[in-house]
Amino acid sequence: MMIKLETKSLREAYGLCLVELGKRNKNVVVLEADLGKSTRTVLFKEAFPDRFFEMGIAEQNMASTAAGFALAGKIPFYNSFAVFASGRAFDQIRNSICIPKLKVRICGSSCGLSDFGDGKTHQSVEDVAILRAIPNMTILSPADAVETVMMMEAMLDVDGPVYIRINRNDLPIVTPENEPYKIGKIWELRKGKDIAVFATGYMVKKALEAAEELSREGIEVRVLNVSTIKPLDTKAVISHSKGVKGIVTVEEHSVIGGLGSAIAEALRKEAHPPIEFIGIQDKFGTSAKNYEELLEAYGLTSKAIADAVRGMAGR
Amino acid sequence: MEAEKVKELKKVALKLRSNVLEMVGVGKAGHLGGSSSLAEITAVLYFHKMRLNPKDPKDPKRDRFLLSKGHAVLIQYAALVELGYFPREELKKVKTLEGLLQGHPDMKTPGIEAVTGSLGQGLSIANGMALALRLEKNPARVYVIMGDGELSEGQLWEAAMASANFKVDNLVGIVDYNRIQATGPIKEVFDTGDIPAKWKSFGWHVIEIDGHDIPQIAKALDEAETVKGKPTVIIAHTVKGKGFSFAENSAAYHNAALTEELYKQAQEELRKQGELL
Repeated sequence: MMIKLETKSLREAYGLCLVELGKRNKNVVVLEADLGKSTRTVLFKEAFPDRFFEMGIAEQNMASTAAGFALAGKIPFYNSFAVFASGRAFDQIRNSICIPKLKVRICGSSCGLSDFGDGKTHQSVEDVAILRAIPNMTILSPADAVETVMMMEAMLDVDGPVYIRINRNDLPIVTPENEPYKIGKIWELRKGKDIAVFATGYMVKKALEAAEELSREGIEVRVLNVSTIKPLDTKAVISHSKGVKGIVTVEEHSVIGGLGSAIAEALRKEAHPPIEFIGIQDKFGTSAKNYEELLEAYGLTSKAIADAVRGMAGR
Repeated sequence: MEAEKVKELKKVALKLRSNVLEMVGVGKAGHLGGSSSLAEITAVLYFHKMRLNPKDPKDPKRDRFLLSKGHAVLIQYAALVELGYFPREELKKVKTLEGLLQGHPDMKTPGIEAVTGSLGQGLSIANGMALALRLEKNPARVYVIMGDGELSEGQLWEAAMASANFKVDNLVGIVDYNRIQATGPIKEVFDTGDIPAKWKSFGWHVIEIDGHDIPQIAKALDEAETVKGKPTVIIAHTVKGKGFSFAENSAAYHNAALTEELYKQAQEELRKQGELL
């Protein structure tokens, strides 16, 4: 791996990787909107103050400025909370960045419900949906700190804009460290013949927990980590849909327009088993005293996944 | 500036207006008003001030020309075609499926530096370029033209603060202050107030000129180059539709079609202006 990882924090891993990329490539520049302590771009600021640009609390300007950096040959990473990095700057992402297919990297930090305390204004439940609709965009959603590092290592080579969704909280590691990594691939983390579960982000861990429990009941669940949501590995989605009794998608995002929609779109021309979407049911977030309590309130638990699987497996 | 040079640039401006007229054509819509108000500024930048390399449009040492008011791209096409960035036949095919020239600036056209036209984004993009050039110690400069109607976009003021915050002095902002936006006079449609005072208070060095006076334009651009540690904006007082009597100071030809009769009249007016030079 690019760095020696001693943390389970995705954002700490992201910040450390930014520094490493900064060492490897002098064209890497970082733009921040006054959330550097949270997004961990402060690490890059300390290492490369000349290549760090504090843009103030002005995400639209930050997005278009990043486009200007890219047009002059730099590889800009712009950072904010996912909800602001995406929605606040939608038109700038679309016009300044995606139409000319610029090599801008957008970090949507504190994604999904992971900023549990701050509530609905700061939680992003539709960022994947809106950005997925823009041509030329790549959307990444790492499951843990290990995958964050692997993605960051591969990220400079991706042509065009990239959006990476970074969870705010420490998460258990599910990604095997020693496999060669490739952006765009769907990772089979557990084999199983009965039901295929496509999950992304922290929900991969929840799916693995559900699979463990279901295995004791005799239901074998295949767990697939879809960490590149766009472009989607459609071939893999189709091949994993064959021969199973059902498909479950799990995401910490609205069920409208996110991973579930992407999987259903990929299967639209194929004969396929029923698909169940687990995600946020067309609602905004809310404040909670801790992350797990909030996920439970929105039905984003291993129990919810297990129940959906049991329903599809006819148990 | 020598009289001979002034005369030459006046001829260029006339040629640019003629190219714009050709692209607007008959019976098609086209942004005549806000393109022709920029003819002299574009002439001075492309044919006098900027370091260019038409043979290599991506030459890192080139100066950059951005139209934040992307709808006026016809004036940029008018200049680029004269400099040989693309073949003349393209003018006839503007805004068609067969042509290279899009309705707003697009990177597929050689010489176009950014995608603009969704208003308010050009100064931010220019800041990013200017900061990148400064990191590289590249002496190239960035010129970005904004519309006065466009100044109601909040992002421009975010960018204006950023230019001052980062002391960006390798960038020049130019406001095409023709006082008329798409649907009428700015004072009546959406009054943006005291424009020069706003820029001053945002920390910019402000130069006010007659945007059709070639020596004034050249002098202002030279002055901008001497200002260090802060950005410079040139507030260019212009006439929307300049050069076409029926379109001058009118919102009607912001984006409108010309009849055969008006087209011929416009050609005749340009011909007469040429004779006077």
